[in-house]
Amino acid sequence: MKKAELMDYDKALELFEPVLGFEVHVELNTKTKMFCGCANEFGQGANTNTCPTCLGLPGGLPQVNAKAIESSIRLGLALGCEIAEYSRFARKNYFYPDTAKNFQTSQYDEPIAFNGQLTIELESGRLVTVDIERAHMEDDAGKLTHVGGATGRIQGADYSLVDYNRGGVPLVEIVTQMIEGGEADAPEIGRTYVAAIREIVKGLGVSNARMEEGNVRCDANVSLRPRGSNILGTRTETKNVNSLRSVERAVRYEIQRQAALLAAGGTITQETRHWHEDTGITSAGRPKSDADDYRYFPEPDLVPVAPSREWVEELRATLPEPPAARRKRLQADWGFANLEFQDVVNSDLLDAVEATIAAGSAAQAARKWWTGEVARLANVAGVAADSLVHPVQVAALIELVVAGTLTDRLARQVLEGVIAGEGTPLEVVELRGLVVVSDDGALIAAIDEALAAQPDVLAKIRDGKVQAAGAVIGAVMKAMRGQADAARVRELVLERAGTAQ
Amino acid sequence: MSEITAEQVAHLANLARIDLSPEEINRLTTELGQIVDSVAKVAEVATPDVPATSHPMPLTNVFRPDTVVPSLTVEQALSGAPDHDGDKFRVPAILDEE
Repeated sequence: MKKAELMDYDKALELFEPVLGFEVHVELNTKTKMFCGCANEFGQGANTNTCPTCLGLPGGLPQVNAKAIESSIRLGLALGCEIAEYSRFARKNYFYPDTAKNFQTSQYDEPIAFNGQLTIELESGRLVTVDIERAHMEDDAGKLTHVGGATGRIQGADYSLVDYNRGGVPLVEIVTQMIEGGEADAPEIGRTYVAAIREIVKGLGVSNARMEEGNVRCDANVSLRPRGSNILGTRTETKNVNSLRSVERAVRYEIQRQAALLAAGGTITQETRHWHEDTGITSAGRPKSDADDYRYFPEPDLVPVAPSREWVEELRATLPEPPAARRKRLQADWGFANLEFQDVVNSDLLDAVEATIAAGSAAQAARKWWTGEVARLANVAGVAADSLVHPVQVAALIELVVAGTLTDRLARQVLEGVIAGEGTPLEVVELRGLVVVSDDGALIAAIDEALAAQPDVLAKIRDGKVQAAGAVIGAVMKAMRGQADAARVRELVLERAGTAQ
Repeated sequence: MSEITAEQVAHLANLARIDLSPEEINRLTTELGQIVDSVAKVAEVATPDVPATSHPMPLTNVFRPDTVVPSLTVEQALSGAPDHDGDKFRVPAILDEE
C-alpha cells in the first residue's frame, strides 16, 4: 500500500485546528439477540445461532429484547443523556452480505437517549467535556471472511464467507458532537474518551467491554480547519479502530496526513478509511456518496418504545458510582502515588486490586503482586491478568508472605502452582513443600558449614567487610534450596562470623 | 402534481439493485408519481393534532424477555442459500477488481 505523505505533527498543529467526532459501538452482553431469542454468543461454530428473524427470511418478525432496552437506558443515563419519552426503530437500507435482512434495524430521528455529556481527564490533568449527541439502539452485522487474493483483505478476494452468529446482536451506538479545542491533545482525547466509555459500560455491566473481541468499537472522525478560518474542513471517518492505543495513533495519523495533503494544495475526500493496525496507517475505503442514501423509514414491524418516567428513575437508581469518581476515591483510600495508580488503571486491574484489598491485603502488596508477577505471567500466557487467578487467592498468598511462611521468591512459585490449578496457596505450599525454613538450628548448621568452607570470606567479615557475607548467604540459600528468609540468614551469618572461632 | 423524476427512479433502482430499462423507468415515474399524489391526499386531512404514525395499532413497549430459544440448525440455516462452504454462507467477491 502506498504510504501517504505526513506532515510533522507540531507543524500540522501550527497550520490547522483538528476537529474530532467519535462513534462508539458497544455490544451489549444480553443473553439473546436484539430482536430474536437466538443466543448472543460466539465461538461454538459458525451459523449456530440464527433463526428466520435474524437471517431476514420471509415471515421472520422482530421482537424487542426487554433487557437490551433496559441496558440502553442505563447506558444513556450514565452518559448524562435525556431518555426519550417516545422512541422508534427505523430501517437503514443497504445491500451488503454481512446484513442478511438488506437493512439494519437502527434508530434515526427518535433515538432512545440524547443530549449527554462526559467529562474526561487527560494525563496532564486537563479536563475535557465531550458532548454526546445521541445514543441509539441497533443490531449488529454478521462476520465476513474474505477468501483468496494476496492479502486476505476484501480487495482482490475471490469470494467471501459469512457467519451470521453476530448478526442481530444488540448494539448501542454513542455519537459525540463535534469536539473542538482539543488542539495537540486531540489524539489523547480520542483514546481517553473511548477508555471512559469502556469503563462506564463495564461498570454498568451492560457489555463485556473487551475491545480485542470487538465488544467496543470506535469510528474516528477527523477534519482540519485552517488557522484563522471558521469554515470546517472535510472530514474522514476511520472505521473500526479497535484498541485504545490505535484510536490515539489513528487520530494523530489522520491529522498529519490531512495536513500534508492540504498544505500541498490538495483536497480531502469525504470518505471512510480503514485503519491498519500492523502498519499504523489508514487507507481509503468507499467514498461517502450514494452509498449513504440509506432511505431510513420507521420499522413497520415494531411498535414505539415509550419508557415511563417511573421506570427511567428506577433504572437511574441502579447506576453505579461513576468510574471517574470511583477512581478518585480508590486512589485516596489506597494512598497510591499517581504513577502507581495509573499503572493499575492502565493494566485494567482496578477491580482485581480492589477485591484483593477487600479480602484483607495491604493496598501496596495487592498492587505489587497484580501489576508485577501476575501481570507478567498473564503476559506470557497471553491472557488478561484478572482472568488468571482469583483475587481471594492473591490475598491468601500475600497473607502467607506477611506471616513469614513464604519469601517473595517462594511465593512466586506458589502463585504458579495456584495458576496451574494445584489448589489454594496453602495447599500448594503443602503439596510442593515450600515453607520457609525458619528453624534457626538448621540454618546455623548450614551457615557454620559454609563459613568453614570459605575461611577467606570469614576473615573479611571479621575485618568489617560486611558485604563479603553475600557469598556465604548465597551458599546457605542454595543449601536450603531457596526456602529460607535471606534477611534472617544474613543476620545469622554476621552473628556466627562474630562468634565462630 | 408530484415531483417524481426519471432521474430519481433510476437512482432508486440503482440503490435497490434493480435493473430497469428506459421504458420501465418512464412507466414507473408516472406510476410512482400517482402513488405519491394519492398519499399526499392523506396530508390534506391530517391536522397538526394527528401525529405521524408508523403502525396501525396504538401500542408501545411490546417486549420479550431475554430468554434463549432454540435456533435453526446450521443445515437449516444454510438450506436456502445459493451457495455455502462448510458451515458458512458463501457470497461472490464484494468489490470489483480494481
